[in-house]
Amino acid sequence: MILVYTEINKGKVKKASLEAVNYAAKIAELTGASVSAIAINADAAQLEEIGKAGAKKILSVKNEKLSTLDSMLVSSAVEQAVKAEGAKTIIFSFDITGKAVAPRLSARLKAGLVAGAVDVPTINGNSLEVKKNVFSGKATAIYSINSDVKIISLLPNSFPIKLGENSSTVIDFAVDLNSVNSKIIIKEKKSTDVAGMVPLPEAELVVSAGRGLKGPENWGMIEELAKTLNATTACSRPVADMHWRPHHEHVGQTGVAIRPNLYIAVGISGAIQHFAGVNGSKTIVVINTDKEAPFFKSADYGIVGDAFTIVPKLIDAVKKFKANQN
Amino acid sequence: MKILVPISNVPDTTTKIAFANGDTEFNAAGVQFIINPYDEWYALVRALELKEAGKAEKVTVIHVGLTESDATIRKAFALGADDGVRIDAEGPDAYFVAEQIAKYAQENGYELIMAGKETISYNGSSVGAMIAGFMDLPLISLATKFELEGSKALVEHDVDGGTQVVECELPLVISCSKGMAEQRIPNMKGIMSARTKPLTVIPASGSDKLTNIKSYTLSAGRTTCKMFDEDHIDEMVNLLHTEAKVI
Repeated sequence: MILVYTEINKGKVKKASLEAVNYAAKIAELTGASVSAIAINADAAQLEEIGKAGAKKILSVKNEKLSTLDSMLVSSAVEQAVKAEGAKTIIFSFDITGKAVAPRLSARLKAGLVAGAVDVPTINGNSLEVKKNVFSGKATAIYSINSDVKIISLLPNSFPIKLGENSSTVIDFAVDLNSVNSKIIIKEKKSTDVAGMVPLPEAELVVSAGRGLKGPENWGMIEELAKTLNATTACSRPVADMHWRPHHEHVGQTGVAIRPNLYIAVGISGAIQHFAGVNGSKTIVVINTDKEAPFFKSADYGIVGDAFTIVPKLIDAVKKFKANQN
Repeated sequence: MKILVPISNVPDTTTKIAFANGDTEFNAAGVQFIINPYDEWYALVRALELKEAGKAEKVTVIHVGLTESDATIRKAFALGADDGVRIDAEGPDAYFVAEQIAKYAQENGYELIMAGKETISYNGSSVGAMIAGFMDLPLISLATKFELEGSKALVEHDVDGGTQVVECELPLVISCSKGMAEQRIPNMKGIMSARTKPLTVIPASGSDKLTNIKSYTLSAGRTTCKMFDEDHIDEMVNLLHTEAKVI
């Protein structure tokens, strides 16, 4: 039995959770196991979505305490589901909750964990062998999980989501959280979401800019390019450090690591630390005045030129392309 | 109140990665090792600031590794850590490392464990949360600001779609992200004292090896970059659709 953890965010099943259900279904095809999902405070439409992603059974947990996503509470709920279902493989997304809960569960269940898998595992006897990125994407490694209970968290945006017919059975699953002694009290929440923009970790298209833009006042064209493409904006580390852009936009080794389908880097030279955070991008476009900028060596498409000339032209080209599409 | 900071020994960020023994081992030859940046810049430096502000008595660094790591532990001493513990084992995976550290923390009464959010070597983001699991303590992950008021921690940390301010009574495990503190350069006094600070080496307990790495592969570089000039941007946009299929 494979158990997959799913989560609701802003009224929808998280994209990363649907990916995790798809992933669990792929493993189920290999092993002949069945896929159960645990869903926290999900409504009928959300449960339907989880079913369409490939869960055959959904344990629907309704418990207000879990809405804080405190890792102690969530971990206890998942642990209870693991025990009830006799799950031997547990799947998470390698997202904020997955990074906090999967390792805790690993410690609690003495279950080997591969955190950040990028591919479907292969079966080798009683072990699962699964690939993940190491050295900040400079290499991959094949990990063997040898324990009886196994946990894999899937790097988001590793596979496109496929939804099919919903053939799931939903059962209400009551969890007992009274013995969990988390003392974390939430005092304040601050949203960094920008209306109409996909949050950076989930974005498929990203427009990013660096010091080459010379000042925060010049970001208008970056935002316009992003809007035209329906992309999310990002920035390099110096730009965040100089407070030209908010910290949550910083992508790179010490910022957010992303792997969108398209990463457009404007005025970013492509230092190894920056590249380490974006090297999982499927396609990279680099725009830089310096034809020797190292980023061109790691890019798929490049334009040498001044951002202040190129970006407006690129916006026009994208608009023209979009108009022709319609 | 004593703070325990787990540190990892990792190749410098600019290292050209290579493998040995038929791609089954990391090739450490000629590699410069550093304290994992998240452990150093954010966890350790913030822990030292708390001690300097009189809010902690002692900052101990702990590492699971072999004697090759001693130089890295002494770098933490030069930055200001009071003492260090090295658990003498190769540390096959995060579970093993976290179990050793949790056991030490439990037995020696550390009330605050400040870990980096991930290592830049194996990128698992696991050890901090596992320590919390082994010790049955709350975890605040991806902390960007941290204050102590007596035995109460006030923490700002990243959550999906924003940040959250929380408070929690110690004992507590936190994983530290950017914003916690600024990078420090060791001063001469720190460097001089680093040699004489106590580094205790203790044997590992347990031998669980729940996961192991079978092989490594270097990530393929991109093939050639197709270059365009400002008069052919339309062409590039079309290729993003027809060739790359990303728009």
